[in-house]
Formats: sequence, C-alpha cells, structure tokens
Amino acid sequence: MSEILVKIKRQDGPKSKSYWEEFKVPLKTNMNVISILMEIQKNPVNAKGQQTVPVVWDCNCLEEVCGACTMVINGVPRQACAALVKDLKQPIVLRPLTKFPVVRDLMVDRNVMFENLKKIQGWIPIDGTYDLGPGPRIAPARRDEAYPIATCMTCGCCMEACPNVNSRTTYIGPAAIAQAKLFNTHPTGAMNKEERLDAVAGDGGIVDCGNAQNCERVCPKLIPLVSIIAEMNRETVFRGFTRWLKGKPQKAAFDEPIG
Amino acid sequence: MSQTYHYLVRRLHSFAGIFPVGIFLLMHLFINSFALRGEAAYNRAVGFVNNIPGLVYLEILLIGVPIAFHALYGLWVTYVTKTSIFQYYYFRNWMFYLQRLTAVITLIFVVWHVWVLRIVRVFTGTEMTFLTVQAWLANPLYLTFYIIGLLAAVYHFSNGLWSFLVTWGITIGPESQRLTLYVCTVIFILLGIAGINSVYAFIR
Repeated sequence: MSEILVKIKRQDGPKSKSYWEEFKVPLKTNMNVISILMEIQKNPVNAKGQQTVPVVWDCNCLEEVCGACTMVINGVPRQACAALVKDLKQPIVLRPLTKFPVVRDLMVDRNVMFENLKKIQGWIPIDGTYDLGPGPRIAPARRDEAYPIATCMTCGCCMEACPNVNSRTTYIGPAAIAQAKLFNTHPTGAMNKEERLDAVAGDGGIVDCGNAQNCERVCPKLIPLVSIIAEMNRETVFRGFTRWLKGKPQKAAFDEPIG
Repeated sequence: MSQTYHYLVRRLHSFAGIFPVGIFLLMHLFINSFALRGEAAYNRAVGFVNNIPGLVYLEILLIGVPIAFHALYGLWVTYVTKTSIFQYYYFRNWMFYLQRLTAVITLIFVVWHVWVLRIVRVFTGTEMTFLTVQAWLANPLYLTFYIIGLLAAVYHFSNGLWSFLVTWGITIGPESQRLTLYVCTVIFILLGIAGINSVYAFIR
C-alpha cells in the first residue's frame, strides 16, 4: 500500500517553540488534507515510528465555506478541506498561517479579522424601538456587485499572502476593505457610508495597500479584491476631498446654547 | 487627527512620486539627450538650465524637498513590507518587490549622483560641461553604476506610474490595469533606451 509523506510545522502552545514533524499516512482514495490529519489523529505515530501527540487543527464545514481549516499547504494559504491529495505535490508541507497567533499546531487565532470588521462597521444598523418598515430595493447591478463580496468567509488567505500585513503594520487587510464596500453597496448600509469610508481611510487602512495583488490570487472565493481596493481608493480620495472642501455639516441653530 | 494624517502623508508620498519627482526625471532625461547633438548643443542646454532665475530655490523647493520626502517616507514604506517573492511567484508580487528594490538602488544612486555632479560643484566652483560628464563617465565603475541607477530610476518611475493610477482609484478594473501595464512597459523601454543612448553620446 502506498503512503503519503506529510511534513507538519507543530507548536505545542502559543508561546512554545515550533518544530517540524514528519508523518507517513496510508493513501486512500479521494483523500484531502483533513483526512490526512484524521489518519494522524487515529494513529499518532511519526515517520520515525515514535508515538506522538495528535496534530491539532481547526475545521468546521468541510465544504470550503467557513474558512476554519485555512492553513499554508505547500506554501500557499488555502482550506485543508478543499486541498485534495491527488492534486498536491509530495511531501505535503503543512504550516499554520503566519500572520495570526498560533494557538496550537495548525490552529490559529484569527480574532484580529473580527476586530477589523468592527473597525469598518461591517454591519447594517437596523435595530430600533419600532418597526422601520421595508428597506429600499436593491438594483440588480448593485446586487451582482455585492454578491461575490458576500461570499467572503474571513478565512485569512488574503491577509496571509499580503506582504504588507505583518507585525510592523496595523493594516486591516483586503477582507475588511471589501466588506466595507459590501455594506456601502447596500442601500440601507449606504446610510453609514461616510463612517465606513473614514474607517477605511483610517489608521492601518487602505493606504497600507502596496498593490502586490497577492490577495486576489489566493482568494478561494475569487473575490475581485484588486478592483475592490482600487474602487475604495477612489471613494476615500473623493471622501477626503469633499470632507475638507465642504467642512463639517452645520448644526441647527437650536442645538447651540444661547449667550 | 493621526488617522487623517497617515492617509494624507501616504497619499502625498504617492503624489510626489509623479508630481514633481517623476516630471523632473523626464525633464532631466530630456536635457541629457541634448548630448546626442554634440558637445556644443549639450553645453547650451545645460547653460539654459543653469541660467533659470532663482534656480537654487526652485531646485530646493521643487526637487530637493519632494525627493527627500518621497525617499525618506518611502524607506519606511519599504521597511514595513515583508518580502514573499519566493513563496508567491506572481507577476505583480515581483513588480511590487522590484519597486522597493529599485527604490533603494535609486536612492543610493541619486544621493551619490547629486553629491558628485551638483553639490561638490558648489564648493569647487567648476562649471558643468560636456567634458566634465565625459571625464566622469570614462571611469568604467562610474559608468556601470550610472547605467544601473538610470534603469532603476526609470523602472521605479514606470511601475510607480502604473501603481499611482491604481492608488488614486483611476484604473480600477483588470482591463484598464492591463492596458496601463502595457503603456508603462513601453514607457520603461523608451525611457531606458533614451537614457542609455544619452550616456552613449559621452563615451563613443
């Protein structure tokens, strides 16, 4: 029976030193990287024949829509569930994402992506004390523009491949910028357009993009991140100019204390 | 507000790369090309530039300060990048890396170039003529460094122009970005040929 050679970069805890461990896994038909990891879990013996602890990884949907099993597979960030063994060069090299803190082995903490979504206000505020009624209709053209961005699963591939997302910057990355466009495209979301644009133009915002365009190349959802960032560049430039040229909106007179 | 400041500075950096630094590079290469018409024509062109009223102030305000800002802030921009060209062999990733590599080469070249051919002149009082440049380029080491510096500067300008159009949200879609890639490649080739041709006029 043939075997697959797998090299895994392991780390016992957030502060532990990383090390490489090799495994030989029996080849079965239709295997993906997740099933390799499951084989190791069943029989945690490394290539040297030594007993070891099973490799820890994160996964959920197993159909490339949740992004949980994202790791660096043969040098490219992608989902382990969608990485089929028959398409991969051996030895298969697995590493945790490098732009996020490692929890253990292949499991990382991508909380920073959630924080970035909060920064750009990645939601539509409709909560209130009374029924606001139906929202405005969305033009089909806007919907077509928005749908691909809505497939983003916050997997972190774009951040992993971006040379400007690293420990020296606070760059929020392509995913968060794209989400700002998604919610600005929605007619109800557009009511908070300026706030999102100001966040995108803020610290660690869109200006940290250096046009390396790796994000679009590695995006598993084929989101046109390059065009989205370029369009947000235009929007923030216009926003910056109008904000400065027009000045802040004048408050109504009765807001001001008299005397 | 620090947020607006970061955005503004980074955008000014992009803007300064073309206006005035890029425009100055084009003018400089244009003046150099007078060497192709012979010694007298070159000396007349240089003489014209040297007789521009308020030249020193223009040099400092329109060239020196913007270049210094573009270069120093650009060094910071280069520092905060982590190279990944051997992990991601994508065309634009390589262009992105080369943009930063040529930035450093161009900076070293420009500092040296300005020191030997402009600032030292102020102290020694020598005139800038065809013969001065000819004697300088006769050194094969200087000549090699000059050609490397020239090509680095021209690449940095051409690719920077492409990048400028994306950064300011002018070329948004893939088609427009592809077209400007072709245009900027042609600009790189033409400026490279023009620059080397002018150098050749001094050493033939």
